[in-house]
Amino acid sequence: MPNNVDLAVNFAGVALKNPVVVASGTFGFGREYGAFYDLSALGGICVKGLTPTAREGNPAPRIAETPMGILNSVGLQNPGVDAFIQNELPELKKHHLAVIANISGDAPEDYGAMCEKLSAAGVDMIEVNISCPNVKAGGMMYGTRPGLAAEVTAIAKRYATVPVMVKLSPNVTDITEIARAVECAGADAISLINTLRGMRIDVATCRPILKMNTGGLSGPAVLPVAVRMVWEIANVVKIPLLGMGGIAKGEDAAQMMLAGATAVAVGTACFSEPLAPLHILRELEEITAAQGLSHVGKLTGGVRAW
Amino acid sequence: MPAHQSICTIVETTQLNAHAYSMTLTAPEIAGTIAPGQFLHIKCGDAFLLRRPISICTWDDTCIRIVFEVRGEGTRYLASCKAGDTLDVLGPLGHGFTLSKSDRPLLVGGGLGTPPMLGCAQYTGGNAEVILGFRSKERAMLIEAFTRHAASVTLASDDGSLGFHGFVDALVRARLSKEHSFTAVLACGPKPMLHAVAQAATQFGISCQVSLEERMGCGVGACLVCACKTSGGTYKHVCKDGPVFDATEVDWNAE
Repeated sequence: MPNNVDLAVNFAGVALKNPVVVASGTFGFGREYGAFYDLSALGGICVKGLTPTAREGNPAPRIAETPMGILNSVGLQNPGVDAFIQNELPELKKHHLAVIANISGDAPEDYGAMCEKLSAAGVDMIEVNISCPNVKAGGMMYGTRPGLAAEVTAIAKRYATVPVMVKLSPNVTDITEIARAVECAGADAISLINTLRGMRIDVATCRPILKMNTGGLSGPAVLPVAVRMVWEIANVVKIPLLGMGGIAKGEDAAQMMLAGATAVAVGTACFSEPLAPLHILRELEEITAAQGLSHVGKLTGGVRAW
Repeated sequence: MPAHQSICTIVETTQLNAHAYSMTLTAPEIAGTIAPGQFLHIKCGDAFLLRRPISICTWDDTCIRIVFEVRGEGTRYLASCKAGDTLDVLGPLGHGFTLSKSDRPLLVGGGLGTPPMLGCAQYTGGNAEVILGFRSKERAMLIEAFTRHAASVTLASDDGSLGFHGFVDALVRARLSKEHSFTAVLACGPKPMLHAVAQAATQFGISCQVSLEERMGCGVGACLVCACKTSGGTYKHVCKDGPVFDATEVDWNAE
């Protein structure tokens, strides 16, 4: 289909050449999938979650397949923020895509220190993870209490010189409460959803499949939950949203944008189809053209009320 | 080693025993760059989110043979595929055996760990000696092919229905005590077997490489789920750092 759709979006001041980025924790630091295609085709990359020092992560098994989904319990394995800046960031910066550094800390001060280092190192944006379901300290605890979420956001904003996006957990009673709290604390953008907590049991052994018993559910199974939460939050905040959770097709990305997302992230879909982000972008472009729109950004918030 | 995504046509399928299937794929892009011990990550229809990692048995310039057992719904789908059907394949993936064509390895395969050892036997052009263990005679596979590609083949079974009644590590010890010219011991099979074989190799002062298994996600090293504990206390990843590891790298006490 010939079309002239403008794919560029301005995401909280970060220029994305297109609205398709890859989700943290599913794409490493880009090296592996970079062997399959030029990463410059992507709008951006949210890198594997970083912590102040290296973390080994959880014992295996760390993954279980579920109907149209997977449970994972990696536990924030990463080489630490300094190793990322030294070894991975220079490689990523050779490509033309926004580099979004995802960070997690055990204490609010950790977030400040990492924001300072990463801003100075030249990342384009920082994604503050207050929603990891697979670690004991910090992680999701900050994302389930509006006061703590705001405190972490404020510290990140104080030390960051690039836009700060806060990644929210769906494992809450009312996600709009957390969204409002982080917006008030100065967040430039919100990303959602992180994974939903889940569990699978092997009936033959009567043991949970995951060594840590529970894990985070992702994949197409969670898409409707993610679209609903993006839609709810879009109605109560003014800052832009990065929508993610189960996007596997252009139509899924379009739903997410119609619900209110300015950009979308693709994660689990890459595991079965390394080229998924590129297919999704092409389909999104076709959907935009078919709607008679000249700019993909015009999809954002376009859902019509009954 | 570059990995490719290819839509591969199945040229032949055969059933090797009640559980195991052999499948040959046309995959010229992938076949040209394979090292022994690498694997393919295969999409098993549209019903499953994750691909299934399957070890490479043998290959030539254009075709790859895989051997698998039906262990769940994904491999059941694979077993239902017929010649002429196509499969979406990523490969060759992983770090294989460190092996040169002039080596004379002692190859040890247990159960479904035997197929990749046939590739090693073929690669070393008949220099290798082979020890294979199966649960029972009914589970045996590929024995004729091994005899064509190896200097000797010795068999064991857990129940005594085929060859030596017992585990392969006893045969490995017996062979290593008599023959000192092997370049290395290479093994693939269940973890307890690999541990026992690695201990036997250590006892006779010969290096040992083992091929490990773990539940996998992406297969390329991006998602970090297939972690295995190393003797240094850190995690490595079976899909990218392995599946083949030097036996001294493995933390055998980790579950």
